[in-house]
Amino acid sequence: MSSALGKDLVGLEPLSADQIRLILDTAEPFKEVSERPIKKVPALRGKTIVNLFFEASTRTRISFEFAEKRLSADTVNVAATGSSVSKGETLVDTARNLEAMRIDMVVIRHGASGAAQFLGERIRSNVINAGDGKHEHPTQGLLDMLTIRDTVGRIEGVKVCLVGDILHSRVARSNIWGLTKLGAEVAVCGPRTLLPRGIEALGVRVFGRIEEAIEWADVLNVLRLQLERMEKGFIPSLREYYRVFGVTAERLARAPRQLTIMHPGPMNRGVEIDSRVADGPHSVILEQVTNGVAVRMAVLYLLAGGRPELAVAAKGASESPGGGGGGGSE
Amino acid sequence: MAVEILELAQSPQDLVLVGIQRRGVELAERLARLIEQEEGVTVGRGAIDITLYRDDLELVGPKPVIGETRLPTDLSGAHVVIVDDVLYTGRTVRAALDELADFGRPRRISLCVLVDRGGRELPIQADVVGKAVKVPPGARVDVLIEELDGTDAVNLVEAHTSA
Repeated sequence: MSSALGKDLVGLEPLSADQIRLILDTAEPFKEVSERPIKKVPALRGKTIVNLFFEASTRTRISFEFAEKRLSADTVNVAATGSSVSKGETLVDTARNLEAMRIDMVVIRHGASGAAQFLGERIRSNVINAGDGKHEHPTQGLLDMLTIRDTVGRIEGVKVCLVGDILHSRVARSNIWGLTKLGAEVAVCGPRTLLPRGIEALGVRVFGRIEEAIEWADVLNVLRLQLERMEKGFIPSLREYYRVFGVTAERLARAPRQLTIMHPGPMNRGVEIDSRVADGPHSVILEQVTNGVAVRMAVLYLLAGGRPELAVAAKGASESPGGGGGGGSE
Repeated sequence: MAVEILELAQSPQDLVLVGIQRRGVELAERLARLIEQEEGVTVGRGAIDITLYRDDLELVGPKPVIGETRLPTDLSGAHVVIVDDVLYTGRTVRAALDELADFGRPRRISLCVLVDRGGRELPIQADVVGKAVKVPPGARVDVLIEELDGTDAVNLVEAHTSA
């Protein structure tokens, strides 16, 4: 059983440009579903989805849960604390037990890079990566791309700079893979200690100074400084980081063009981003959150459906594909 | 067909013509214009895509295309006329009825199709039919619309040539 996306969504690296475009295009009609008086369509009725979160998450977990519920799926949330995971059960055992209860999909957030792929190779259910270690966070990358397409009107040729902690960021990696596949120009900017070595090999430009990045870019995607990792001495102090790399209103005022400001959240106001910028007229940070639900609905819908062998059989059988002209809607 | 819809309607100003994506939308627009010319009233229009209400998601194919759904905010009290190009199994209409129910409670819902090809799998009948033809299962009825296909035509495609 494979959909247009395959069995699992592990990252944007393995996807083709066409597959990414398909997800973004499918997300468009789902935006409208969330604006309806009854925010629900029956597309995934009867499907059971488990949200397996081994790391803290508010936005992503709630966003997935809304997406699932608006598609009429039945959902269960499992957090690592308070489950058998805290008693030492392995990831695969947990998932196999869930599968024994006849589930259809697993959305997984895990601290170890590669956890989603590892799981996907071992269970029959569809697996969606909701962030694995420093590897990828594909639905965040997709919602960032959808937001850029909405705001700028296209992705090809748009100059996007990721600012801040690139080293620890799975969001950065998903953005780089997805955006470069669709023809955007991508750059990263941050302190040397927070840029992975050899990042140029991914086809991105590197800026050591935020002023250069602001002069070059159309879009700034400001990443969260992962404070929980800062005791390791990657930067001298938060205050110094803000002084050198903070995205401030003063710096943006000197930009040659109007920049679109994005942030995947949660924000550290006054550390990586100035409140006046975050709440300013060119911030699309809340649009990103809105688009997150639509993109996740699209991914769930595409992974759940589309079995080509059945589609071919159906075309020959009782129903014409269009009911009317080539590819209509019977 | 426009005249028949008018005969069906008690008050033309309550009419909302809702086309099913894709070709039903264009047909609904044409009918709405004809009714407006005839009666001098404004007729409501809408479009629905029933892809998400199908009972056979797994048969949709690897790349489902979902069209736009746009309806007047509240359908309560309206006389909705569902417009589609071809009526076949009735499953599309069943899905459209379900979807409309999520947008309010219309006073009445009617069904208007350009071609009724028979072969129903559900107890659904059209109120207004452009032309009824008996088409064997396996064959396809393709409706071409000038706005989308460059020409107006109805083609009968035999089973062996279908893609």
